[in-house]
Amino acid sequence: MERKTKVDAENGKQEILITREFDLPVELLFKAFVEPEIVEQWMGTKVLKLESKKHGSYQFETSDPKGNVVFRANGTIPEFIPNQKITRTFEMENTPFAVQLEFLEFEKLSEDTSKLVMQIVYKSVELRDQMLKMPFAHGLNMAHNRLQEVVNQLK
Amino acid sequence: MNLRRDVFQAIADPTRRAILILVASQSMTAGAIASNFDTARPTVSKHLQILTECELLQQQQNGREVYYQINAKKMKEVADFIEPFRNMWDDRFNKLEAIMKNYKPEK
Repeated sequence: MERKTKVDAENGKQEILITREFDLPVELLFKAFVEPEIVEQWMGTKVLKLESKKHGSYQFETSDPKGNVVFRANGTIPEFIPNQKITRTFEMENTPFAVQLEFLEFEKLSEDTSKLVMQIVYKSVELRDQMLKMPFAHGLNMAHNRLQEVVNQLK
Repeated sequence: MNLRRDVFQAIADPTRRAILILVASQSMTAGAIASNFDTARPTVSKHLQILTECELLQQQQNGREVYYQINAKKMKEVADFIEPFRNMWDDRFNKLEAIMKNYKPEK
C-alpha cells in the first residue's frame, strides 16, 4: 500500500498536521465527513449524533466485540462551510484529556482529486505527545497480549 | 515492555541527546565523550550506562579501549514511534476512499 497519509508533529509544538490526497472529487470527500452512516463505516465507530452545520454538535461511541462501550467522544462545530471547511472540538468522555481543536480544510485539486489538511491543536505539548504515542502504546499492549496468549498455550 | 518506555526517558534528557548526536558521527571512548562536556566524568558514565542499557548505544572492545557507537536499528525504532499514529489515520482514510469510490447517490 502506497503511503499517502502524512503526519507532521514538529518538536515542541502543541499541534499535529495530518495531510492526505484522495482520488475523489472534493464533494465526495466532504460527504464522508458529513453523513453519519458513512462516518460510521470508515471511522469504525457508532455515530450517536452528528449535526453537520454551524453551531451543530456530534457524539461518537465505540464498543468492543462484546458490546461494552470502550470509548465515547463528543464535540461542537463552530465553523461549517460545505466542501471547504469544518472546525470542530473533540473531547473524549470520562478521561482526563483536555478538549482538542480540529481544523479540517478540504481542497479541490482537480475534478477527480482532492486534499484534506487536518490540523489538531492540543492544550499542551505534553498532551500532544501523549496522544501521538497512544496508538504506539496500544500496539505494544497488543503485542504484549499476543505474547501472553502464546505463553498461556505453552502451559 | 518497560524497555521501550525507558528509551523515551533516555532521550528526554538533553545531555543524553547530545551524547547520541556526538557519537552518531563516529564511535568514541568514554573519555573522548566526556571531554566534550563540562559535566563530571562519573555523570557522563552514568548517562552512557543508561543509553547502553536501553540499547541506544553499543559497546565495542578495541584492544584495551571500549568504544561507544550508535545502535542504528534501535534509533530507527524510536524515530518511528509516530508511525502507528500515521498508520491509524492512513487505514481510516484508505477505507474512506474505498467507500466513496463506490458511493452511489440515492437520487
